[in-house]
Amino acid sequence: MDLVATILVDGLIYAGWLFIVSVGLTLVFGVLNILNIAHGSLYAIGAYASASLVGAYFAAGGDAFPYGSYIAMILAAVLVAVVLGPLLERGLLRYFYGRDEVLNVLVTYAVFLILEDVMKLIWGVNPYFVYEPYTLLGTVEMGSLFYVGYDFAVIAAAIIVGLAVWLTLNRTQTGKVVLAVIHDAEISQTMGVNVKRIYLGAFMAGAFLAALGGALTAPMISVTPGLGVNVVIVAFAVVIIGGLGSVPGAAIGALMVGISRAASVHLLPEAELFIIYFVMAIVLVFRPEGLFAKTQARKI
Amino acid sequence: MMRFSIFTYAAIGFVVLAAGAIVLPDWAMFLFAMALAKGLVCLGIVGMMRGGVVSFGQGLYYCLGAYTATLAANFLGVSDIFLLTLLSAAVCLVVGMIFGPLLSSYRGIFFAMLSLALSMVLYGSLSKMSFIGGTDGLNIGAPTFLGWAPEGRPLQTALYLYVVTIVVISGALMRVYFDSEQGLITLATRDNELRVEYLGASVRNIMAFNYVFGALLGGIGGTIAVLALGHVDPEFAFWTTSGEFVFVAILAGYLSVPSVFVAAIILELVRSFSNLYFPNTWQLALGIFLLIVIVALPSGLGSLVSRRKGQDT
Amino acid sequence: MSSGVLEVRDVQKTFGAVTAAKDISVSVPQGSIYSLIGTNGAGKTTFVNMVTGYIKPDAGTINFGGRNIAGLPPRQITRLGIHRSFQIAQLCNELTVEENMLVAGAIHGQTRPSFLRRSDDAQARDRAMATLERFNIAEHRNRLIPELSGGVKKLLDIAMAMAGETQIMLLDEPTSGVAADEKFPIMDLVINALRDEGVTVIFVEHDMDIVNRYSERVLAFYDGQIIADDTPDVVLSDAEVQRYVTGAPA
Repeated sequence: MDLVATILVDGLIYAGWLFIVSVGLTLVFGVLNILNIAHGSLYAIGAYASASLVGAYFAAGGDAFPYGSYIAMILAAVLVAVVLGPLLERGLLRYFYGRDEVLNVLVTYAVFLILEDVMKLIWGVNPYFVYEPYTLLGTVEMGSLFYVGYDFAVIAAAIIVGLAVWLTLNRTQTGKVVLAVIHDAEISQTMGVNVKRIYLGAFMAGAFLAALGGALTAPMISVTPGLGVNVVIVAFAVVIIGGLGSVPGAAIGALMVGISRAASVHLLPEAELFIIYFVMAIVLVFRPEGLFAKTQARKI
Repeated sequence: MMRFSIFTYAAIGFVVLAAGAIVLPDWAMFLFAMALAKGLVCLGIVGMMRGGVVSFGQGLYYCLGAYTATLAANFLGVSDIFLLTLLSAAVCLVVGMIFGPLLSSYRGIFFAMLSLALSMVLYGSLSKMSFIGGTDGLNIGAPTFLGWAPEGRPLQTALYLYVVTIVVISGALMRVYFDSEQGLITLATRDNELRVEYLGASVRNIMAFNYVFGALLGGIGGTIAVLALGHVDPEFAFWTTSGEFVFVAILAGYLSVPSVFVAAIILELVRSFSNLYFPNTWQLALGIFLLIVIVALPSGLGSLVSRRKGQDT
Repeated sequence: MSSGVLEVRDVQKTFGAVTAAKDISVSVPQGSIYSLIGTNGAGKTTFVNMVTGYIKPDAGTINFGGRNIAGLPPRQITRLGIHRSFQIAQLCNELTVEENMLVAGAIHGQTRPSFLRRSDDAQARDRAMATLERFNIAEHRNRLIPELSGGVKKLLDIAMAMAGETQIMLLDEPTSGVAADEKFPIMDLVINALRDEGVTVIFVEHDMDIVNRYSERVLAFYDGQIIADDTPDVVLSDAEVQRYVTGAPA
């Protein structure tokens, strides 16, 4: 029983993190039809920016109000979205709209490569440690195990993010417009929707979410080059499992992957590194377009 | 324009490349050997691209071939290069024939991601298998050539000429295949699968064949690479390795076979120079290069020499 | 019911709440020319799609050459001799006209498509050119698809469908997207070419002039059902048909 509980808790923690990291990717695909490999870079830049801002905050006397570091982290994510979002979307990606999906993957792969080195040039190759925010929420005792309070906060953040995205899409005017664009950008445009603005907005939202994932992760790890490389494919797997463009799908995918990985870590450690891709392959065998794929209209 | 037979082209190609054995200094010959070995993997990707799918997981076969050769050398005492190549090819053929039919139903992003997933499964598995080196990988000794065990420069030259021969033969065979009826049907599949099915062909079969060819080429490439490097590790199957193969395939385009190897050589040269002079900008250069190719040369380098007007990948 | 080359019996098909085919039965004699008429969504294209294997009927049989082909995939049905053209010409856009024809020929060649034999060897080219000439589009052989007019695309679409042994040809709106002055010339060409080969023809059409001129029998569809199955004169003057399909006396 203890083991099951442990797996569930570990799985939930990992799922929460996965969801935050993946939801931006699926959102960007849903709206812009681009599978953004640079999502991994945005995550990493978010981590670096968070580390820098939190470091600066504490250096400037933030110890007086340590929870302010959380604000710094969120601010870091916002900055990344505001700076890189328009730069990437308006500056590059918009020239490729409507082109082949795989071609766009290659374009974002190129951006990913570029940003990997840009990060090295800005932040150097030495690791950054900013662990203070991780320790602020104490520990939680569950049965015989101790968990860090921060990990549960990540779950809470994931739920908040999920609700926020869902509510925005389904309950606000802007959200409904975005859903219309997801369905058919051309028709939306003929109905007066400023599709360009929606694209930019959606991309910035995706960038923010990616960076937020990185920002929230920074206190848990040492931030080093190559961070994005491992994260982006994990996010891919989650998004593919859930169905490209589906936010609930990303949540389900995150849960499936989170629990599978936790189970693997405790029960079959040899599989830990690849269990996620295994799950993805299995899902694709039964549901070739992911769990919540859009229905296709007849072609002929 | 006169049409030379494929033999003439192959002969010219061999002579040009083989000349490198005399002309090139050690470091360059090693670089070219690696480039040509990787070029084989990229040729497999190009074969699949002609059918309309991009494999982001050829690292699977590159790694599988390399590990097969290494394990055969280290645990079975096989050192003959021909035998090692055959063994790796056989293993990759079998694995390719298992996954080919499975993957042949998928297209676009899903094909790309599934192929990537398979390679990452291998990466993850090998990383945890400490009895065969784990993340550190394994070393492999120098190969022998039908009993001859060269060392130093002669070894390098022999290995180089071996890969040149394999490249010329594979390139010629693939060119014949591309120009064949099945090759043309592959191109048609890329354009309009529905029509090809309605004309009476099985698109899944076509895709499966192309995948198996890719598996073979990937395995052979991996074998030669590990022999040139003397070392293999799970990174051979990591997605970034596969990404580089895709990069070369995009740069080359699917119109010309030689351009695949030219592109591979260009990549290795750029990588070496970058690492030497600008260590933190290698990926930056690669990324910019890729963007330029996508924008300016959408059909790759091959479009510079081929008459066919192609379009996006 | 006399035995025709194509026997459709009691075929049913629904898509959720939509009845695309209900109690569809028809017997098409060898060598005849049938046209299918009906408003959009009446079930004509569903009929064509079921006969050619794109859709599997929920119930009923489609007999051809002594076997039930309902549910077989398109490529098997094509190999049995039932070919089709498409409402929107389905061509390979990055290949030339000649190459498109070569693909069709390669798939339907004497032997299985080869991994070695050149796709454009003399024999293959001769065969391709012969068909292109029959359809009057040989002059376009080296052009790419996007450069062609609607009529030429349609002709190529049909020409490709002619590759291999064709016993039944289903033409899905052969003159849609074709300029008004090209419609009759194209139909003349196509119907003559098909007649010469003894092919049984079934074509979907909205243009009643074409229906009148070229078909021997007309099937009128409405709401998934066949509401008339007779000669053009009879069908086009039928009250129900006028009400649900043509909208005006012929």
